[in-house]
Formats: sequence, structure tokens, C-alpha cells
Amino acid sequence: MANQGPAYYSPYPAAIYEGVITPPEGKALLLEEVVDEEIAMREIAKQMLTKENATIFPGPQVLYGYNDEAKKKATLIKEMAEVLNANMIPMYDYRPKYPKIDAEIEINPNHPNLTIWHNNIKAAIFIGVHCHYANVALKMVRCETDCYTIAICGLSGHEDAMATLRDQHSSELEKFIKIAREVKAELKL
Amino acid sequence: MAIDIYKINPEFRDIMPKEIIDLEENATWAQNQKKPRGIKEMPDTKEILEEHSLCAGCPEAAALRYVLAALPKPEETIIVNSTGCTSLMFPHIALHTVHSLFGNQNAVATGIKRVLDWRFPDIEKDVVVLAGDGATVDIGLDYTLQSFFRQENITTICFDNEVYANTGGQESGATPKGQVFKMAPTGKKFEKVKMWELATTAGCHYTMNMTASAPKAVAKAVREAILVAREIGPTFLNIYTPCILEIGLSANEGLGEMKDQDKDRFASYKFVSPEAEEFLKKCKAEGKL
Repeated sequence: MANQGPAYYSPYPAAIYEGVITPPEGKALLLEEVVDEEIAMREIAKQMLTKENATIFPGPQVLYGYNDEAKKKATLIKEMAEVLNANMIPMYDYRPKYPKIDAEIEINPNHPNLTIWHNNIKAAIFIGVHCHYANVALKMVRCETDCYTIAICGLSGHEDAMATLRDQHSSELEKFIKIAREVKAELKL
Repeated sequence: MAIDIYKINPEFRDIMPKEIIDLEENATWAQNQKKPRGIKEMPDTKEILEEHSLCAGCPEAAALRYVLAALPKPEETIIVNSTGCTSLMFPHIALHTVHSLFGNQNAVATGIKRVLDWRFPDIEKDVVVLAGDGATVDIGLDYTLQSFFRQENITTICFDNEVYANTGGQESGATPKGQVFKMAPTGKKFEKVKMWELATTAGCHYTMNMTASAPKAVAKAVREAILVAREIGPTFLNIYTPCILEIGLSANEGLGEMKDQDKDRFASYKFVSPEAEEFLKKCKAEGKL
């Protein structure tokens, strides 16, 4: 008798089926390990500073200036990109793009692997992407690329990312930028 | 309403694609324009992204541009849409839209309009329903007619393509008798539902049946219908936007099909109630039209 649950219908392996869940409040997730937020921030900065073609993917929640927090985050993300020497490619539209996307200038959650392949991105930060689309995109990227994915999330985080920071608002981004500067100095970059 | 949700943060302007920047700078709201916008300004404005989700040559895309260009106060307008080809376009415009469940659009619009009137008593807010014939004439007929019976102050626009197009070609109530589609192989067995006549009977104060072949005519009808809905009561526009794929036409034949139907199934029908007629005369005198 077949006794398989809905997990087996998923075309992609999802972290949650391997027992990886989002970190508790005040903590972060590095691969499958729950760690202190600061430890995760240091590792994230190191990955972004040392991996090839590190890129930040800002989503609609920060691309558009619909409130003060979004405007402040935009300024901080720009600063973050400068500190991390990272490129930025926007995820501005969640609809599937046909016949094809321009992988050089945009990323789409329905086929995010195309942008990562095209630009040979080995580390990427997802920020300001609505959770349900981040979940979709991160599963695909996790399965189909060797990109080290980082979710900087305003809510509970994303277990499908290699590193997850949760409850990240502008004050936490400021803290991350400060740590990233320290790591950059340590790495003599 | 908060058009800030379409304003790109300056930090990201250099990485956003040009068509998104263009949409922000030349989109539907009026304050971007040097003079009051309208159908004549369409060459300089951008209502919808070039890479929208509709098929090449689809008359709905053109009709949507006419509708958006004709909105009297785009910043104070919410469009409620429903499942169908029309719903594919809405993520690619810069205007507040609400997607309702299939057929619920007039009920959802009713709630939105009532809350807006309560929340902003001093500001004129327009709620426009824009849905296909499946949502308006079949699945949502009850909700559509009930909103007319209740005399809700909303404008209902039906983009009538006479078929369930994006699900592969099933017949709808608006399909003409005898029409064969891929998923209606024996042909429609009964006559096309004349929704515009039902709307008039159900209490609409301004009803039109037309095609989207003439942009100025569409724009005039939209503007008048919205003004009447704002002050008098429900209004209804039935606009033919043929599905060129389902009826076997190529991308450049949509306009010709609409022109042909101007004299046939979509021969002009217009009803304006005496109150609405009086009101429109006043609007014209005040320069609102």
C-alpha cells in the first residue's frame, strides 16, 4: 500500500523534509545549524566577500518606496552592496516572464536559476522578497545551482537558504553592515 | 491613494529595467502629466508594460489602454478584476487593482466602494469592475446583477471575447449561437446572452454595448460611465475584445474583426436613464467631459 505523504510530490528536495526548520527568535540558521545572529552575520559577510560574483537580489518590498522603513532599507542595501563589493539584480516582478527573461538584468522567482547560471553567481542575498516567492525561488536555487543563498528576512526566515537571518529591519541591517566592514578588514579586502 | 507603491527607491533606479522606469514616469496617474491626461495623450503615456502577458495582437491590451487613459481620477480609482485573460494584465499596470475570486468581482467592488465612501467621505473614489464575459455573464451573473439591483455606485466593464479563452476555448453565455470552439465542438446551442439589456433592466443608469474598434468612443463611454456611477448609480459597458486565437485570426486582424462586429452582434446599444442624462449635461457644462 502506498503510504507516501505530499512531500513526495515535490519536484525539489526541500530543507524542511530533511528536518531543517527556521531558527527561533533571536537566532539564525547556518545550513542546518541554529547559531547566534552575530555568528551568522560574520559567515554571511565572509561568503559574500569571498565567493565569485556575489549578488544582492532586492525584491519589491525594498525596491519601491512605499513607506519610511522601505526607503531606509533601500539606502542600507545600497551601502551593504558597496561594503560587500556585490552586484545588484532586482526581482521586481513575480510573474513568469515569457518567452524569456533577460537574465543579465533581472531575476524571476519562477526560474531564478537562469539568472544565477547566466551570471555565474556563487553567493546571493535575497532581501525584500515576499516570503512565498522567496520559498519558491530558494528551493529551486538550492536544487539546481551551487550558489550559497542567504535570506535576510523581516519575518521568520527561510530554511531553504544556506544562511538565514530573521526579523531583519533597518536596525539589524545597520548591525550587519558594521560586521561586514569588520570582516572585510579582517580579510584585508 | 498611495501611489508610492509604484515609486522606485532612488537607490535602485540604476538597476531597474527601462520599461519599469518608464511605467513609473509615464503611467496612468495624472500628476505625472503636464496637462490633464486622456486618450489623446496615449502616444506619450504608458499604461501597460510592453512585455505584458496577453497574446500578440490581443485587442484586450488595446482596450485596457483606452480604459486606463480615460479614467477621470486614476489616483483615486481601484479596479476590481476577476479570473480570466483580463487578470493577466493587471500586474503589469501602475494602478491599484484587486483580484477577486472568479465571479465575485461585483460583490468585492461593492464592499470596497462602501468602505472607501465611509473612510474618505470628502474624496471622490471610483471603483471600476473590469472582468471578462465568463466572470460577468456566467459565473458571476448573480453578483453582477445583485449589485445593479442594490444600485451600487460602481462601474462594471465587461471585456466580452465571447469565450473562456485562457482555459482553452470553452463556450460562455456570451458566445453566439452555433459558434464552435476547441472545447465546444458541437457548437453553442442557445443565443448569446445580451448582458447589456439585462443590465438596463436590472437598474443600470448608463449601459452600452460596443467594440473597442474606436478608441475615442471607448474613452468617452468609460468617462461618462464612471461619472454617472459616482453620482447616480450602477453603470455597465459591454466591450467586444475578440480572442483572435480562438476564432482563428492572426495578430493583425483583431481590429478588422471588431470593425465588422460594429455592424453585427455589437451594433451600438446605448441606454442612459433620465437622471444620468441630466447629470451628464451638467458635467459637460462644467467641463468634466
